[in-house]
Amino acid sequence: MVEIRNLHKSFRGQHVLKGVDLQVAKGEILVIIGRSGGGKSVLLRHLMGLVRQDKGEILIDGVEISGLRGSALDQLRERFGVVFQGGALFDSMTVFENVAFPLQEKSRLPEEAIREKTLTLLKQVGLSDMGHKYPAEVSGGMRKRVALARALTMEPEIVLFDEPTTGLDPIMVNAIHHLILDLHRRVGFTAVLVSHEIPEIFGIADRVAMLHEGTVVAAGTPEAIQASANPVVRQFITGDPEGPIHPN
Amino acid sequence: MWMFRLLGQWFIGVLRDGGQMVIFLGSALFWTFVPPLKWRRMIGRIHFIGAKSLVIILLTGAFTGMVLGLQVFYTLAKFGSEAFLGPAVALSLIRELGPVLCALMVTGRAGSALTAEIGIMRITEQIDALTAMALNPMRYLIVPTILAGLIVFPLLTAIFDLVGIYGGYLVGVKLLGVGEGTYFGEMETYVVLRDITQGLLKSVSFGLLVTWVCCYKGFHTGYGAEGVSRATTEAVVLSSVLILVWDYFLGSVLL
Repeated sequence: MVEIRNLHKSFRGQHVLKGVDLQVAKGEILVIIGRSGGGKSVLLRHLMGLVRQDKGEILIDGVEISGLRGSALDQLRERFGVVFQGGALFDSMTVFENVAFPLQEKSRLPEEAIREKTLTLLKQVGLSDMGHKYPAEVSGGMRKRVALARALTMEPEIVLFDEPTTGLDPIMVNAIHHLILDLHRRVGFTAVLVSHEIPEIFGIADRVAMLHEGTVVAAGTPEAIQASANPVVRQFITGDPEGPIHPN
Repeated sequence: MWMFRLLGQWFIGVLRDGGQMVIFLGSALFWTFVPPLKWRRMIGRIHFIGAKSLVIILLTGAFTGMVLGLQVFYTLAKFGSEAFLGPAVALSLIRELGPVLCALMVTGRAGSALTAEIGIMRITEQIDALTAMALNPMRYLIVPTILAGLIVFPLLTAIFDLVGIYGGYLVGVKLLGVGEGTYFGEMETYVVLRDITQGLLKSVSFGLLVTWVCCYKGFHTGYGAEGVSRATTEAVVLSSVLILVWDYFLGSVLL
């Protein structure tokens, strides 16, 4: 469904992505792991068309997306749902308004249908009674769940999660992961998830890819990654300060 | 040699920033004419820029008129021409001080807040979220703000002028003894429609200028709280300077 070929990107002379090759199959949950600042979020931003690559190709269902402009790019973006790292909720809107917003702007549904659908989504993420609150009035975990509900509003085919559990306590991390898994089973979207949560992500991923120094150094099933002999992968999943990855 | 290099770098930087600002304005103007217009957003912006600036405009307008009344009366008295206090106050306000001071006050109150709001939306990825939803942030955020500026600035300027004229009346007529009939009668004789339209035309152009600069600085803010703080300062300083420069340019063309 998604194919990334030899993707390169530099920012102000810093070569962040140095030839990323990655495939995402329809309906799977692919988790991208790797060190902070390693280019994982940049990779996601390429998929959304928020950043243009310097070199390489990104194909969605065989269509190269870097050449898309205007309405063609909008049509592509409508196939995506995005959960941003900090939630990116509109702070001038209530939780309900945030979730209803894409429907109000993009669909032709009547107000009552929008209301029904928004309430259903809020119920699915366990926030039925929080609709009237503003993002600043709810906890970090709730904000992530609101962001998840908003990302699913337009029933996207592909959902991108940029560190959806960062800064949350272990119970909330597991709750969010179960929610993602549950919604994935019910809705059937394809998911690309960037995360540092090891070993929790091995419980939800169909496949795991490790991004290190701008390239994918390993990709495979959670079992294969956990059994990997690659010293970079081994050090990352064990969290050992000694090894090929320097802590600084 | 290093001085030339620094000068060259500075000049290229100014050209690049200026070019980006012009492209930003061009894009905003293009999306202004692409329906549908975000009416609710625009009304919200009118309330934010206009209604919430009303108190400060009333206050500054009144005191500007009062100071003008006092100072102009003192000057005219030297020539025995106190009778012209009304038109002197009115023309100063309508042609010059009303549009300029009103624009400077709105820049300080609403322009800085606009930059900070859009800047925070940028650094918290809210603008990226709009883009990811296939909603054009230019159409959703910038166009309603610029249109609101075009509507609100002349209205606030008209209020500023009116309150200022009554401030001058209070000092000139009630405190310094100029005749009420003289104050308004001479004003009616010397103030013509062209003065009013020129003043309002200035304020419309200031509305465009302030919202353009403030939106641009917020939209292209740097990273973190420091980036927003810098963008806000730059927006206020650049808007204020451009108001005064543009005022001179427009004044010399319109006169």
